[in-house]
Amino acid sequence: MIEFFNVSKLYPGNASGIVDVSVKIPDGEFVFLIGPSGSGKTTFLRLLIRDLLPTAGTITVDDVALGLLSASTVHTHRRKIGIVFQDFKLLTDRTVYENVALVSEILGKPHREIEHGVMNVLQLVGLSDKRNHFPIQLSAGEMQRAAIARAIVGGPKIVLADEPTGNLDPQTASGIWDILEEIHGLGTTVIIATHNQDAVNKMKKRTLILDHGTLISDEAKGKYHILKHDKHEHKGGDNK
Amino acid sequence: MRLFRDVGTHIRRSPYQAMAAVLTMFLTFLVVGVFFLATVASLTIISYFESKPQLTVFFVQNAGEKEATALKETLDATGKVASTTFISKDEALATYKEQNKNDPLLLEMVTADILPASLEVSAKDPTFLADLDKVIVGATGVDEVIYQSDVVDSLLSWTNAIRLIGGILGGLLILDSLLIIGTVIAMKIALKRDEIEILTLVGASPWTIRAPFIVEGGIYGTIGAFFASLLVTMLLLWQRYTIVTFLGNIPSIQTVLGSATSMVFIVSCLSFIIANMVVGFIIGSLGSVIALARYLRD
Repeated sequence: MIEFFNVSKLYPGNASGIVDVSVKIPDGEFVFLIGPSGSGKTTFLRLLIRDLLPTAGTITVDDVALGLLSASTVHTHRRKIGIVFQDFKLLTDRTVYENVALVSEILGKPHREIEHGVMNVLQLVGLSDKRNHFPIQLSAGEMQRAAIARAIVGGPKIVLADEPTGNLDPQTASGIWDILEEIHGLGTTVIIATHNQDAVNKMKKRTLILDHGTLISDEAKGKYHILKHDKHEHKGGDNK
Repeated sequence: MRLFRDVGTHIRRSPYQAMAAVLTMFLTFLVVGVFFLATVASLTIISYFESKPQLTVFFVQNAGEKEATALKETLDATGKVASTTFISKDEALATYKEQNKNDPLLLEMVTADILPASLEVSAKDPTFLADLDKVIVGATGVDEVIYQSDVVDSLLSWTNAIRLIGGILGGLLILDSLLIIGTVIAMKIALKRDEIEILTLVGASPWTIRAPFIVEGGIYGTIGAFFASLLVTMLLLWQRYTIVTFLGNIPSIQTVLGSATSMVFIVSCLSFIIANMVVGFIIGSLGSVIALARYLRD
């Protein structure tokens, strides 16, 4: 269970990330996080991986208050979470296999188990035949699938994705949504920050809408709401 | 395994930085090693002289056992002497021949006649030496009195100078090594900023992220120290004969350097090299830790 209780995050200069957000996300739920650029979606995700600390309020994951984690123990929390970044964040000097294996190596898994796990997830995302390719040899969709493989290879309880289809064509994006839904089907909590209107409307999952850092809507089978000031950018990225 | 693979990759990808770090450590350990051995040798020599009789009385050419016996009786009568040993001209020649047995030219030129007889005297307490000196100076046939304390004082001042110069040079070079390794590691941290960020976000522990940098610095130190101590050992081996010729009558030096194939010599050399490598690893790692503390905060 993930719980945000009256959480606010103010950036220097009093620019708000999120303001007084309270929300509970039970285990195994699929949640869309939507809102215009600067609405606080990425702040929400960064708070969840304790890349940021809230200015006020409490965040708990499985009853562990993230604010109480020390710098030397925060990695134990991050190991429960798989993260997919919009810009992929793959290591350019390592092959797809090595990028995906990185997480298992960090977890200290034995060589054979790493190999088995990596091959399984590469098969799931359809990259088995490109395991020896370097990121520069991959298309954007393939890089995103490699990033997803890396996020799920450690068997995390939670998968976070920040605009996972932001750089992809509709057909490739559709494949990514299928993979994420498949991961959710395995019992994983999936939280996705996105501007992808079609996916939100088609998948009909719980949808949280943020606007200027405030949680303005929480619908069980939500759909994409284009806010007035969001009309010109609802297909763009979320940089904050 | 992953740790050493990462370290190997770090070093392979920036060979010139690695070479700069290793060369700095090499130079540091070369200087520190030479001064360390010079200090150890000086202290050994001092210790040897301190264990010898406190003064030696040399007699004039035509004086011998008769004058020495008279002096010995006079000194014994003071009750301030612990022991005396008479060295005749023939015994002095025998000692000289033993010390120069490998140099026939020196042996040819010397006979017992030109070597003085001597009396080695140990006082019950060093404070008695002044009183004994008055007795000795007034005795018949005495040519010269040598105090070991003078030799020791002279050696001590040399040793202190070696220690001071070595300490200052070594200290400066160690500081230089720390800064060079710290700078090399800081550059690598900057180059790997993205990778560090990714590792952090996917759950790598602080140790997992820092260990490759610490080990890398340690490896630079170890390699530099290994080659420097190897060179110092080879220099020692090269100069072994000269050292033994001059200082071979000092038992501990004779024991260690007497034979290049003796177990004592081999173990001493290996211990010296290994100790240097351990210290090299510690200094190199410390340089990395400083860089990490400065450029990779939590």
